[in-house]
Amino acid sequence: MSVLSFQEVSVRYGAHTVLDDVSLEVAAGQTVGLVGESGCGKSTLARAAVGLAPVTGGRILLDGEPVPTRGRRPVQMVFQDPYSSLDPRMTVGETIAEAMPDRPGRKARQAEVARLLALVHLDAARALDLPGRLSGGQRQRVALARALAARPEVILADEITSALDVSVQGAVLNLIRDMRRDLGLSMLFISHNLAVVRYVADSVAVLHHGRIVEYGPTAQVLGAPRHAYTRQLLAAASPLKEHT
Amino acid sequence: MRPVGVAGFGLLAVVVSVAAFGPVLWGDQATVVDTGNLLAGPSAEHWIGTDNLGRDLFARVLVAARLSILLALAATAISLVLGIILGAAPILVGRRLGRLITSAVNVLVAFPGLLLVLFFAVIFGVGARGAALAVGLAGAPAFARLCHTLVAAVSERDYIAAARIAGVSRLRVLRRHVLPNIAEPLIVNATMAAGGVLLTFAGLSFLGLGVQAPSYDWGKLMQDGLNGIYVHPLAALGPGIAVVLAGLAFNLTGEAFAAAPNRTFSLGGPRDPAGVTAPVPGAILSVDDLRVTIPGPAGPIHAVRGITFTVEPGEAVGVVGESGSGKSVTALAVAGLLEPPVRVEANHLVVAGEDLTAAGAHRRLGTSLAVVFQDPMTSFNPAHRVGPQLAEVSRFHQGMSRKAAFARAVDRLRAVRIGEPERRARQYPFEFSGGMRQRAMIGMGLMGNPRLIIADEPTTALDVTVQRQILELLAEVRRDTGAALLLISHDVSVVTDVCDRVLVMYAGRVVEELPAKDLRTLARHPYTRALVAAVPDLETDLDRPLAVIPGLPVDPTLSPAGCAFAPRCPLADDHCRAVAPELLAGVACHRSGS
Ligand SMILES: Nc1ncnc2c1ncn2[C@@H]1O[C@H](COP(=O)(O)OP(=O)(O)OP(=O)(O)O)[C@@H](O)[C@H]1O
Ligand code: SF4
Ligand SMILES: [Mg+2]
Repeated sequence: MSVLSFQEVSVRYGAHTVLDDVSLEVAAGQTVGLVGESGCGKSTLARAAVGLAPVTGGRILLDGEPVPTRGRRPVQMVFQDPYSSLDPRMTVGETIAEAMPDRPGRKARQAEVARLLALVHLDAARALDLPGRLSGGQRQRVALARALAARPEVILADEITSALDVSVQGAVLNLIRDMRRDLGLSMLFISHNLAVVRYVADSVAVLHHGRIVEYGPTAQVLGAPRHAYTRQLLAAASPLKEHT
Repeated sequence: MRPVGVAGFGLLAVVVSVAAFGPVLWGDQATVVDTGNLLAGPSAEHWIGTDNLGRDLFARVLVAARLSILLALAATAISLVLGIILGAAPILVGRRLGRLITSAVNVLVAFPGLLLVLFFAVIFGVGARGAALAVGLAGAPAFARLCHTLVAAVSERDYIAAARIAGVSRLRVLRRHVLPNIAEPLIVNATMAAGGVLLTFAGLSFLGLGVQAPSYDWGKLMQDGLNGIYVHPLAALGPGIAVVLAGLAFNLTGEAFAAAPNRTFSLGGPRDPAGVTAPVPGAILSVDDLRVTIPGPAGPIHAVRGITFTVEPGEAVGVVGESGSGKSVTALAVAGLLEPPVRVEANHLVVAGEDLTAAGAHRRLGTSLAVVFQDPMTSFNPAHRVGPQLAEVSRFHQGMSRKAAFARAVDRLRAVRIGEPERRARQYPFEFSGGMRQRAMIGMGLMGNPRLIIADEPTTALDVTVQRQILELLAEVRRDTGAALLLISHDVSVVTDVCDRVLVMYAGRVVEELPAKDLRTLARHPYTRALVAAVPDLETDLDRPLAVIPGLPVDPTLSPAGCAFAPRCPLADDHCRAVAPELLAGVACHRSGS
């Protein structure tokens, strides 16, 4: 179990500040939800933690040590866009196997691929398919299996359920809760869907214009929001219930 | 393939066989010295004459093919390999050093190619090896630049990032992920370049910088023949023609490859003429028994298995269903965007009065059909700025001037709530966030005056506040223009919010069709009910696992005899498993009453 902490992290592209002094801690075995509007820097925060975005200020630490930004990262990321996250020329099995540490033998590799596919509710026969034959939701589950294959300490899940249909979304959310319980995974769970975040996250951070405007236990943030922007998010999410 | 491509291939086959077997077949003939026939003109015995030792020139041209082709290929290979190494530098040695290399390449590309060749030829000295190195090196910058552009496009994709995070080494990323995905255009270009290299090589040998006696390639033969050009023009022209023919062979073949993925929008596929039906009068979209079959390794995939529906003008119809149920394929079919080998069949498929099963219908549709896709990144060309890409639509379909079209593009970007639209219009797609890209995509759909908007998961990647704005925007457009909407979404709440009517799809069929307001409360099909129950909301019980639909969707290659949902349905009985239910009175279920 590991602690991932962002300490006064800033990310700037030229004159454009995407993240401004963001401090956030993903405690061991905890799931932190990160919500905020599109383009507010949610993905950038996750990308910075794996060395895909340039950190221009502050530090990102895993158990007190700077997160390695080379080699197999102990922090794995699952991406938002299932269409660009799988190599169209590699089979599902190859994609998943590539992320496994220590290159297991063929038998062990196949068994592990089958296990991971089962974890994400895909048929083991899918291992031989190219991504072009999968629908969006099926691809995203493969991406999740790949992240798990690397045996990460922390998972950064960037809108991983937004491309999934509800029946699978439920299964993935259940899976994520199981994983936290059984594997002690720490997770930063980025989503725009408050109902989803509420279901998986222990605490919630609200990002607005590159700054964290509210942070606290999920029940408190969603139950008694203090910041106007959080209230706005909740208002936008709630009427869907009354609508019917 | 087009006739030009066939000609190219045929020619290349001939050239390659001559190169392979020439020296074996005519090698002896080419070295026989005929002292009685020195520098003779064409005759029945010596078709294009003889050289100063009386050797048969035609045989020599044929024999020279091997060396000429091999040297051209060697030089091309050098260019290609160097080009890949230089072009992939940003991946291999990191961004900063990579940028330096890229600028150096850009400077080199600006040099005239011939100058570089001569420069290197002098450095490496005369002879075949020196010439190959010179031509190869001189060709490298052009390949490096091409390679760089291709690599840059691929590097943006998330799978590269995922591989790097998983600790895959740079070299392996290049080998496993980058090269396979850029191989196609590279090979095409290399083939075309080989033709040019052949010419350059002949030029070098002709100048005496290339192949040296006693070896000979076509350029050397031309040089030898030059002395007698006024007496025996064929002695120089013969090898010249060989160069031109071989060059053409490479070029045409390359072009044929490049043109191979010829985009056509015709739907093709066999159709039973007796089954053709008339569209529902007045409907903007009328579909009868649409079936889409995709070839697959494990047999054909029946992505859509016979669906019938209409959309009235101004109406908003939602399509929900789980992943793989055929929603996107339906959308693509209706938009006329599926091409062979995918087979689309329907008794009719009429959009805005155009029968999409007829040739050229897609073009005639013009801007009356707007399409917004699930995947905004591939909808935009990563190499062009966003504004001009939007403007292109109006320039192509509405004949607007460049300036007017760009102004409209900026206006549309503003309409989809993109801040600072003037500045944003001049940015590249990768500079947009996922949500902004999607808004720009919708903006592109609004460049014309759409009568039907097909939106496949348009708000999936957006957060609630923006999602709402986009949905309101779509509603606004529909109010203003009377456009109808076919909204594909797995998000039941979005569909109930926006649509008048909902089609629920399962395994390529419509299993239920009902007013959107009834979806949550009055659904009759067990699948629809399970789907609705699986949506978490702000009151979901946190102590219990979320409701999920047990089991897996049917394998799309199979055609189950009975109800496709039976293996997952709590109400299934033997009758369900044996007989497929028809869609009757809005529901396809034997036990919808219970
Ligand atoms: N290019 C393709 N080649 C082979 N099979 C395909 C292709 N595109 C789709 N399929 C298959 O067709 C079926 C329907 O896919 P489709 O993309 O329409 O699903 P969908 O309902 O849009 O799913 P999602 O909600 O995940 O987007 C699936 O079984 C899928 O695997
Ligand atoms: S037809 Fe039978 S198996 Fe199919 S949904 Fe209805 S009850 Fe279930
Ligand atoms: Mg889809």
